Amino acid sequence: MIQADLNVILPEIVLAAFAMLALVGAVYTGKDKTAPAIVWATGILMLGLAVWIGTRGTATTVAFNGMFIDDSFARFAKVAILLSAASVLVMSQEYMQRRGILRFEYPLLVALAAVGMMMMVSAGDLMSLYMGLELQSLALYVVASLRRDSLKSTEAGLKYFVLGALSSGLLLYGASLVYGYSGTTLFSGIIQTAVHGEVSLGLLFGLIFLISGLAFKVSAVPFHMWTPDVYEGSPTPVTAFFATAPKVAAMGLFARLMHDAFGAAVSDWSQVIALIAVASMFLGAVAAIGQTDIKRLMAYSSIAHMGFALMGLAAGTELGVQAMLIYMAIYATMNVGTFAFILTMERDGAPVTDIRALNQYARRQPGRALAMLILMFSLAGVPPMLGFFGKFYVLRAAYEAGLGWLAVAGVVASVIGAFYYLRIVYYMYFGEEGHEIEANGSPVLWGFLMASAAVMLLGVINMFGVEGAAAAAAATLVN
Amino acid sequence: MIGLEHYLTVAATLFVIGIFGLFLNRKNIIILLMSIELMLLAVNINLVAFSSYLGDMVGQVFTLFVLTVAAAEAAIGLAILVCFFRNRGTIAVEDANVMKG
Repeated sequence: MIQADLNVILPEIVLAAFAMLALVGAVYTGKDKTAPAIVWATGILMLGLAVWIGTRGTATTVAFNGMFIDDSFARFAKVAILLSAASVLVMSQEYMQRRGILRFEYPLLVALAAVGMMMMVSAGDLMSLYMGLELQSLALYVVASLRRDSLKSTEAGLKYFVLGALSSGLLLYGASLVYGYSGTTLFSGIIQTAVHGEVSLGLLFGLIFLISGLAFKVSAVPFHMWTPDVYEGSPTPVTAFFATAPKVAAMGLFARLMHDAFGAAVSDWSQVIALIAVASMFLGAVAAIGQTDIKRLMAYSSIAHMGFALMGLAAGTELGVQAMLIYMAIYATMNVGTFAFILTMERDGAPVTDIRALNQYARRQPGRALAMLILMFSLAGVPPMLGFFGKFYVLRAAYEAGLGWLAVAGVVASVIGAFYYLRIVYYMYFGEEGHEIEANGSPVLWGFLMASAAVMLLGVINMFGVEGAAAAAAATLVN
Repeated sequence: MIGLEHYLTVAATLFVIGIFGLFLNRKNIIILLMSIELMLLAVNINLVAFSSYLGDMVGQVFTLFVLTVAAAEAAIGLAILVCFFRNRGTIAVEDANVMKG
């Protein structure tokens, strides 16, 4: 019995054991001198685990009396989490080393955060949900303030910590109410307490608190205020990490909780999530217009993108979950490429984040500017880039679920949002001659930028099979 | 006779005090940490009360997990706060304002 259970969570155990062993090993040997090796080892291990999890078959197995669920949905999310975390880690190595902020704890904290994220998307119980979420959050608080001699970085860490702890508190209060009014913490037990699609008032209160806590983690309006500050203050590689893997994990957890525990009462939560989605899309689109710092701009961009992903969830259907998964996979890929570009922006060795520094970039680096143009068009949702298809899927899911107004709002928000992505392109191609920025950065970064842009173009042919995998994943979640 | 509703009322009151402490306090970040702790303890009262009412041990197990994680969370919060104090020289909430948006 226990052997079978441990087999199910073997990937998580391997990653956690690696992180702890490498931590002890690094302390006893070269400390920060071993950091580059650990970064690459962690990245390769994550890649290996992603391949392993991706080829583990299609069976649904449950471990620890229902607390841990390993199904196609969890595997899809885990592959996305591990691949994006590995790419961001590998991208950050040269950047951080050059600035002397590459500590050996960094890759290990990212690995532990990834273990937490894998727990989150596999959670089948409020307790495993909470433990996974906290394992992820505690590691993220520390990496946000990784640059501990920098005021901005520590302030970002502090703000993230206080607001993150508040959201954990809200989530826990909701969990306690759900436990009290359903008599169980298991998702499979909670769903049975909703008879004829009706949930009791206490359970509904719990559900609202749970949604608020999770909305914080995905940085959806009205719980988004930490995002711009944390994105701006954290070291850029850490920001790149925040923008990808934790978002995928939090959306996965959101979908898992809503469908596994409250799937019998879709009408109770779909309107709430639809409102959050619409507010996020508009705030993300409008507030980004005045930003000149590209990291803050990406923060508002991620708020808007989370709104679109939540739109898929608000549909409350299998198609909606499929659309959400496709959207998150595309979103993570676009962000890896965009942050690979941001990591190369520097002048005299110091990182530059002002978008006006991109003036006339295309004249000096036509190939790279073209890759960035493709990524910006894709983020804005301009056809025929892949980003357009991500938006198309969620809009269709919302429309078919009878949320026509939400789909219309999504189209309007994406048109508004296109402005600031296109402004970056404008600066690169038609901006005034000014202070030039150097286009340094390791070949790894350029590789990721080009690969991500190529995916956005070539993915339109068959999406590399993501569509079928997402459909299978959604089918196991929604029933 | 003290029943479930009394415990739930106390817990809800403590939770709201915690949230207000988080938003109204402009003086000291330590008080923020105390407010967070208060919120988590309110949740624990809730869980233990429900556990006793339902005659189900799961709530108490959950409480132990929450207590452990709260301790880890406080440790990390204080560590970040110490780093922040070294850079800023103050721990007033209104001084955490280098970035604004």
